[in-house]
Amino acid sequence: MPQAPVPDILPALPEIWLAIAAMLLLMVGAFRGNGSTRMVSWLAVVAVAIAFVLVLSGSKETGTTFAGMFVVDSFSTFAKELILVGTAATLVMSMDYIRREGMERFEFPVLILLATIGMMMMVSANDLISLYVGIELQSLALYVIAAFKRDTLKSTEAGLKYFVLGALSSGMLLYGASLIYGFTGSTNFEAIGALYTQAGQEPSIGLIVGLVFLISGLAFKVSAVPFHMWTPDVYEGASTPATAFFAIAPKVAAMTLLVRVLITPFFGAVDDWQQIITLIAILSMGYGAFAALRQTNIKRLMAYSSIGHMGFALVGLAAGTEQGVQSVLIYLLIYLVMNIGAFAAILTMRVKGQMVEGIDDLAGLGRNNPMLALVLAILFFSLAGIPPLAGFFGKFYVFLAAIDAQLYTLAVLGVLSSVVGAYYYLRIIKVMYFDEPAESFERPIGREMTLILGASTLFTAFFVVFPGPFLAWTQQAAAALLP
Amino acid sequence: MSDWPLLSLVIFMPLVGALFILMIRGDDAIVARNAKFVALWTTLGNFILSIPLWAGFDTQDAGFQFVERYAWLSDSITYHVGIDGISMLFIILSTFLMPICILASWDSIKTRVKEYMIAFLVMETTMIGVFSSLDFVLFYLFFEGGLIPMFLIIGIWGGANRIYATFKFFLYTLLGSVLMLLAIMAMFFEAGTTDIPTLIAHGFDPSLQNWLWLAFLASFAVKVPMWPVHTWLPDAHVEAPTAGSVILAAVLLKMGAYGFLRFSIPMLPDATVYFTPLIFTLSVIAVIYASLVALMQEDMKKLVAYSSVAHMGFVTIGIFTFTQQGIEGGIFQMLSHGLISGALFLCVGIVYDRMHTRQIASYGGLVHRMPRYAAFFMIFTLANVGLPGTSGFVGEFLVLVGVFQVNTWVALLATTGIILSAGYALWLYRRVIFGVLDKAELKSILDLTPREVAILAPLLGAVVFFGVYPQPLLEVMHVSVENLITQHQAALEIARSVLVAGK
Repeated sequence: MPQAPVPDILPALPEIWLAIAAMLLLMVGAFRGNGSTRMVSWLAVVAVAIAFVLVLSGSKETGTTFAGMFVVDSFSTFAKELILVGTAATLVMSMDYIRREGMERFEFPVLILLATIGMMMMVSANDLISLYVGIELQSLALYVIAAFKRDTLKSTEAGLKYFVLGALSSGMLLYGASLIYGFTGSTNFEAIGALYTQAGQEPSIGLIVGLVFLISGLAFKVSAVPFHMWTPDVYEGASTPATAFFAIAPKVAAMTLLVRVLITPFFGAVDDWQQIITLIAILSMGYGAFAALRQTNIKRLMAYSSIGHMGFALVGLAAGTEQGVQSVLIYLLIYLVMNIGAFAAILTMRVKGQMVEGIDDLAGLGRNNPMLALVLAILFFSLAGIPPLAGFFGKFYVFLAAIDAQLYTLAVLGVLSSVVGAYYYLRIIKVMYFDEPAESFERPIGREMTLILGASTLFTAFFVVFPGPFLAWTQQAAAALLP
Repeated sequence: MSDWPLLSLVIFMPLVGALFILMIRGDDAIVARNAKFVALWTTLGNFILSIPLWAGFDTQDAGFQFVERYAWLSDSITYHVGIDGISMLFIILSTFLMPICILASWDSIKTRVKEYMIAFLVMETTMIGVFSSLDFVLFYLFFEGGLIPMFLIIGIWGGANRIYATFKFFLYTLLGSVLMLLAIMAMFFEAGTTDIPTLIAHGFDPSLQNWLWLAFLASFAVKVPMWPVHTWLPDAHVEAPTAGSVILAAVLLKMGAYGFLRFSIPMLPDATVYFTPLIFTLSVIAVIYASLVALMQEDMKKLVAYSSVAHMGFVTIGIFTFTQQGIEGGIFQMLSHGLISGALFLCVGIVYDRMHTRQIASYGGLVHRMPRYAAFFMIFTLANVGLPGTSGFVGEFLVLVGVFQVNTWVALLATTGIILSAGYALWLYRRVIFGVLDKAELKSILDLTPREVAILAPLLGAVVFFGVYPQPLLEVMHVSVENLITQHQAALEIARSVLVAGK
């Protein structure tokens, strides 16, 4: 047996850098104590920014390393950039919150960094084993983050619930992966994919069962119906910055991972998984829309909203075409920005030193704080998918892909549920603008928050004017994935 | 002049005004005053800016003029605007009515004036955008984007039941339009572009046409509104502030009929012919049913709203005759209805501002205290009935001439609508204006202020002028309508010959 060569570590440099940074920051925190949390947070942001530059300056060519387990291409680069932006925004948003709510412990930013490394592993996974390792690294960090506000019952409950259900889904995923390995003899995505390119090869039933389990496990991570049960409770129970993080980065990571798993190894089995994804998409869109109608807690509402949005993103995946993949990426980009903005706004909902989460607490915001209300109105109209805001283009492209793939039923049900969904976003606008003012929120909201809110709102409002570069960027990413 | 992107300037100038208003800071009273003036000057300026569109319009050219095209989403989905004889007049109508709306809200809007003016200016951009888009996605963008300001206008400054009304308005319209969006996508894959002139020339597969047509119907029928999806309109009208009602009745309703003219008829000729009986049936029902309902209304605004539904029934009948007179009559009727219904809503708003009630029973004998108001109201009422010498007559007459050539039964039933409209309009006038002034609250009601005269006078002038001399309007639309009919006939010929060859 020849000696294993030293793997090329260059493609994985951003991940390695982040891992080193996370451990260094852990040391800093351990030696300097909780008083250094703010510094650790800022250093974490810097580390993320450096990782972003490393990702950006990395090779544009598709390349694999670690014996084909780790792949870097335009697709993974794009997803990593989104994830890093989401992480940085979360870190910045969380600083004030964790100080005020008495959970200023240096582990918080470090855990977020660790979860981020896991996500970056996920999007670069080219093998069932590295996929699993990435997911677990991410999930374990997230479980702790969910329960981080350990003095409150709700947060502890959220963490436990997330852990138990997450472990279940990991089990399903692992079972699916082992079935796939058993029936194909390989864990490598390309090797599995090669099986299908042999003409006339019908996938064996065992392989299909394995694929179904794998999809179930991943559907849990993107919180698609019927694997969504944890989402509302975890979103509500976890501290708000943690919720923001859950809604932003892991969703992008899990969705892009799902796209890669279905497109690279299982592209030949489109007919088999298309109906599963179609069903999941319809259920998610419908459930997300109808269940959100009667929510009174804005974090719970955002949970149902994210279930619905993942359903819309899955519409693009269901198309199973290059255009479909591109539409998913556009959707994720826009979803990410809108959610960063929406959660930044939720984090400013503070009355007399207390965080409030009721939708009714927004009453009369249009009069108390017209700018914040305008920003929220733009974000929520955009989440509802009303043109000319960015959210419309997300929906436009996924439905375009669905129509192209002749999934007419899916498209019709999708747009109908978007009308139902529009109702609950409008309800928030109604509360802000039409109702009598409630107690006004504390001001000022802080420079960082203003910056995040401003940037995400400007993107949402003016995407219509400059869509070109984003479209080109996502197209390149999608083209890298498809053969 | 031709180097200037004149059309884009007209579209986006209100947005610039809105940005200015957004930046006004300071004391509430000063902000409100400044916002009003900025809005007024912006809309007036925009009206003046839009006049060259008419002045420089070549009435002999059936194609699109003032065309601008820039890259946008992709090579085939572009920013493409331009106007022809059908759309140009609607743009002028919009820019003409906007300063009037701002003036009409001058005193009646007391809260959050700044936001109100911004909403109206954004509204103006989307309205002009709808009529000048030559790309289907761009059209959809403006078409739907207009929902946001209208939602806020009704919801914030509306009457008691405003929230129900504005949600109903928004969701009804959205439900219709998302289906149209899917149809647009299907057309995109069929033709490879969403460019409207290209789509008109494309010639869609007849089996596909029916589905696309129904999806368009879902959107346009709600907007027109046609029976039985008209129910949002009375609610929205009653609850909206006066200027909101004016814009709704005068411009937003026209978008639906404009959609039929711009998309359904030229792009999907076979399906259009196939579904014409359906349109005739729905329109006749709308004309008669809405007129009967209008007779029984106790709320003045609701009465005018139902009369709008009836008059829009005439428009759709005219358009689907595919005769020169019918279509021109339909378009003329839309323009004239824009002026007349707008004026009627303003008239209702004027007494509402004084008495804060719209119940017909609360009024009576106003002629004794408000002679000038009575005179204005009378002319607009008669124009609504279709008295010769007013623009209302020209539109209805042309529609009936057109439809007589096609289907005498429809013509007969539609004519009964005119009789009914005389009934409800004159009865309303009698109950509000004539009779004895015996209600104590009305004893001290004041006649029109100079501002209110300034609002109504231009409308009155236009209604009478185009009633006596409709030529300027008809001349503009003539060639474009002719072209539309020729294209329609040609497309039908092709489809027929394909059918024959197939057999």
